[in-house]
Amino acid sequence: MATTTQPETGAKPAASLSNEEILRYSRHLIMPEVGMEGQLKLKNAKVLLIGTGGLGAPLGLYLAAAGVGKLGLVDFDVVDFTNLQRQVTFGTSDVGKPKSEAARARLSNLNPDIQIQSFETQLTSSNALDLFKDFDIIVDGTDNFPTRYLVNDACILLGKPNVYGSIFRFEGQATVFGLPDGPCYRCLYPEPPPPGLVPSCAEGGVLGVLPGIVGSIQAMETIKLILGRGDHLIGRLLLFDALGMKFRELKLRKNPNCPVCGAHPTITKLIDYYEFCGVRGEEAPGPSLQVPEITPRELKARLDRGDDLFILDVREPHEYQICNLQGHLLPLGELTRRVHELDSSREMVAHCRSGKRSAEAVDFLRKAGFRKILNLKGGILAWSDEVDPSVPKY
Amino acid sequence: MPVKVMIPSPLRPYAGKRDSAEFNARTVGEALGRLTSEFAELRKHLYTEEGKLRSFINVYVNDEDIRYLAKENTPTKDGDTISIIPSIAGGLPSIARGGI
Repeated sequence: MATTTQPETGAKPAASLSNEEILRYSRHLIMPEVGMEGQLKLKNAKVLLIGTGGLGAPLGLYLAAAGVGKLGLVDFDVVDFTNLQRQVTFGTSDVGKPKSEAARARLSNLNPDIQIQSFETQLTSSNALDLFKDFDIIVDGTDNFPTRYLVNDACILLGKPNVYGSIFRFEGQATVFGLPDGPCYRCLYPEPPPPGLVPSCAEGGVLGVLPGIVGSIQAMETIKLILGRGDHLIGRLLLFDALGMKFRELKLRKNPNCPVCGAHPTITKLIDYYEFCGVRGEEAPGPSLQVPEITPRELKARLDRGDDLFILDVREPHEYQICNLQGHLLPLGELTRRVHELDSSREMVAHCRSGKRSAEAVDFLRKAGFRKILNLKGGILAWSDEVDPSVPKY
Repeated sequence: MPVKVMIPSPLRPYAGKRDSAEFNARTVGEALGRLTSEFAELRKHLYTEEGKLRSFINVYVNDEDIRYLAKENTPTKDGDTISIIPSIAGGLPSIARGGI
């Protein structure tokens, strides 16, 4: 992978290490596979991390520790409490701070000898090419489809490798896209799922260690690309199942008709990726789902009045254990099968965590003939905000 | 000819929470047909209304992508594993981020 360590035009590559650096990297230097030559390649390498969250945490920590000379960190988000369960770059005192800056501070403390640039910005079609051009390798640690396609297309247009990783609950995928003979993300998935067809927050969540493992695999692949050593995950999709503790591998092929990396590309510049992904990527339900609603305050008033309302909770049983409104639990995924348990003559209010799954439930039930059903606007989160703060938010 | 169909976690809620199922099938299409008749809710997640496999779902027989074999007519033999691999974006699926 000789292409990965080209120095910036005009900038002289580092040709030696200081005595302090030699001590710091001694466990690399005594390995023939790295040695002085490899460590200098690392020192001259420039890697851009898209996202400093779950995948970005091990990526940033290991690449900084390994002595990658220039690290760019792109993230516009701020650290919140729910991040700390897996985003191990951040500490409790970082909550509320911009992620890119908190990560920069942590990584500079880990390795003051490297250059770290934080970009507190959203990656967009208008800034991606400019941000990417100063880096050799782009590492995709994002969490949404529009950015995945944007990173892919920008990497192909600039001819840069894209080290890919993604996670869902307890499963992960990793590969390397964007090498001249290898496939790209669009070869694997020409199009994203339309909004509403990928399970939403109902099946969401992620085991905190999982991004640690998948991000570490990405870090390893990045370092191997820099060193030009070993067999890369090019043309191979690595699948990791944490529950079964199994790794599998599938063959990835370059699609000769790929719209971006094929012989006759139709995408030759960056596009509107929100539009391409149906506005909000994988978020469900789609914008078309308008159902009759009731606000938490209205619901509280009606319950206080003694109105006979049937509260239908469409979350999962484990969510019910976190907090509930003493509703009847019937998870969305079981609704079609168990609809006969419900009495369509009763007035009903459906709710979930945020109001999205219950909107799907209300939509389904209305089509099934339930006329007196409303969706609790904003779900249990809004109930906690507006009616009863003792109900925990999750 | 029993073949094993691996069901990925995002689709398990529509497949009775199963992680795999075995069917007697001579082709990939036949195996998926049996799967979606057993779990009807899976159907709309795997196929478009025109009955085509969705473009964000890839299907593999062992480690080969059926798009580069005979697609759904790809023959299966005893002991083959069919994997359904949907695209996942990672991170927190409930939150679509950013302004791109």
